[in-house]
Amino acid sequence: MSALLEAIDLVGGYGPVRVLHGLSFDVQPGEVVVILGANGAGKTTTLRALSGLLDDVKGSVKIEGEDVLGLRPDQIVRLGVAHVPQGRGTITDLTVEENLRLGAYVRRDADVQQDIEHWYSVFPRLGERREQPAGSMSGGEQQMLAIARALMSKPKLVLLDEPSLGLAPLVTRELFTRLGEINRTTGTAMLVVEQNANLALELAHRGYVLETGQIVAGGSASELKSDETVRKAYLGY
Amino acid sequence: MLIAALVAQVDNKFSEFLQFFFLGLGKGAVYATIALALVIIFRVSGMLNFAQGEMAMVSTYVTWGLWTKGLPLVAALILAMVLSFLGGAAIERVVIRPIERKARGNPLPVVIATIGLFLALNGAAPWIWDAEAKQFPYVFGSGSVSIAGASISTQTLGTLAVLVVEVALLWLLFQKTKVGLAMRGVASNSQSSALVGVPVGRMLMLGWGLAAAMGAVAGVLTVSLAFDNSLMAVPLIYAFAAATLGGFDSPVGAVVGGLTVGVVAELSAAYVGFIGEPLRLLPAFVLILVVLLVRPQGLFGKAQVSRV
Repeated sequence: MSALLEAIDLVGGYGPVRVLHGLSFDVQPGEVVVILGANGAGKTTTLRALSGLLDDVKGSVKIEGEDVLGLRPDQIVRLGVAHVPQGRGTITDLTVEENLRLGAYVRRDADVQQDIEHWYSVFPRLGERREQPAGSMSGGEQQMLAIARALMSKPKLVLLDEPSLGLAPLVTRELFTRLGEINRTTGTAMLVVEQNANLALELAHRGYVLETGQIVAGGSASELKSDETVRKAYLGY
Repeated sequence: MLIAALVAQVDNKFSEFLQFFFLGLGKGAVYATIALALVIIFRVSGMLNFAQGEMAMVSTYVTWGLWTKGLPLVAALILAMVLSFLGGAAIERVVIRPIERKARGNPLPVVIATIGLFLALNGAAPWIWDAEAKQFPYVFGSGSVSIAGASISTQTLGTLAVLVVEVALLWLLFQKTKVGLAMRGVASNSQSSALVGVPVGRMLMLGWGLAAAMGAVAGVLTVSLAFDNSLMAVPLIYAFAAATLGGFDSPVGAVVGGLTVGVVAELSAAYVGFIGEPLRLLPAFVLILVVLLVRPQGLFGKAQVSRV
């Protein structure tokens, strides 16, 4: 059986600026994988390359064995990969409910409203604010909305770009708890890039360490936690 | 005796006022049809299309061409709307999108491109159809209806009816359909919309196509008996004013804005001594300045909310 997502020797960047220097990694079905890295290591660029937002990229990206490099973002969503962008990507002028309905854009089934209600039960704050313009919510609420919106497409894999960014520690902890529950109950695989290594390694099964556009270490979450260099550089003890 | 004369005089004054009001309404309704097309493109792409008027002008030539070939007026207009839809979509795909891609988020190159398009279409029309003015009838006839001693033309009434229908259809499209939701999503945040699977390019083509088709209606309704390639030059400016007044993201705002601009311009030219014909635009623009100062999003526009 092939990997859910496989990136091989990704090289790319923005115009003359090369950010990714040949990185390879994979995500298996149902797995939570974290990519750790400092600011500027290329985490966001990596996710953008996977979801078709990066123009200048070479190498290979396979979703369930199918080559997807060069496809548009909306085509990649149809293959089962949803992307929660950094900064949450809130569609500010739409209401909370409209954000969720748009999240189901690629679906043709009749259960959309039912699924919206489901995410309201997982994130009650969203239900309370369903008729509000999404842009008026707090950062934490917008992050929950972004995750629920991505999951509305019923993806096999969700790419999460620094979900903890700008959130209070308690909110972040709550969010990661929810992400763990979602992974366990729905089996949705997740690829998380994060600076908050402590929380991310609790959530993840496996991880990679990204430095200046290259993978420098990889292993199970517990291996990474006990790795001396990872501990010093990313866990701070 | 004296009272009767007084009443008659007041009546006369009122009829006169109503007459100017109806004239303004007629002009305003035309501005509103163009403003609606501007609003469509703005709602989908967040940009102003300075070529909107010239696109409508070309569509009017196309309608005229089909009509002189012997098609009934309405059939000619419907066919022209279809052709305009395709033309508008093609302009987005062939002219606007490549420039937008290169511009990487800078809105200026695209705006400049629409100005270029304005000039190109303005020059192309007399080159294709020669520079002579074309005779073209009122779509809704040249009759009029008398109300309280003033007359309102059937063309104005028809244009108002068209506006009601257009606004209703747009409301249904934007609020009740999946495509409309996607178009609003693209306008608000195109990247996030792409990331949930919305084909952004197709939505933009659709928006331009719709605006072009509505432009065809606007152009045909703008003509009073004859037209050439300068048909939309002045109405487009009023339409921009109308959309600014009503709010660039609101179809209802475009209509209310258009009617207001038309009526205010007409009444002030009639009643305020020093304004007269040359300065008729002034009061409308003063009104707009005030609205922009007090309510920058326009009367019906949604204020930008964001919290970071």
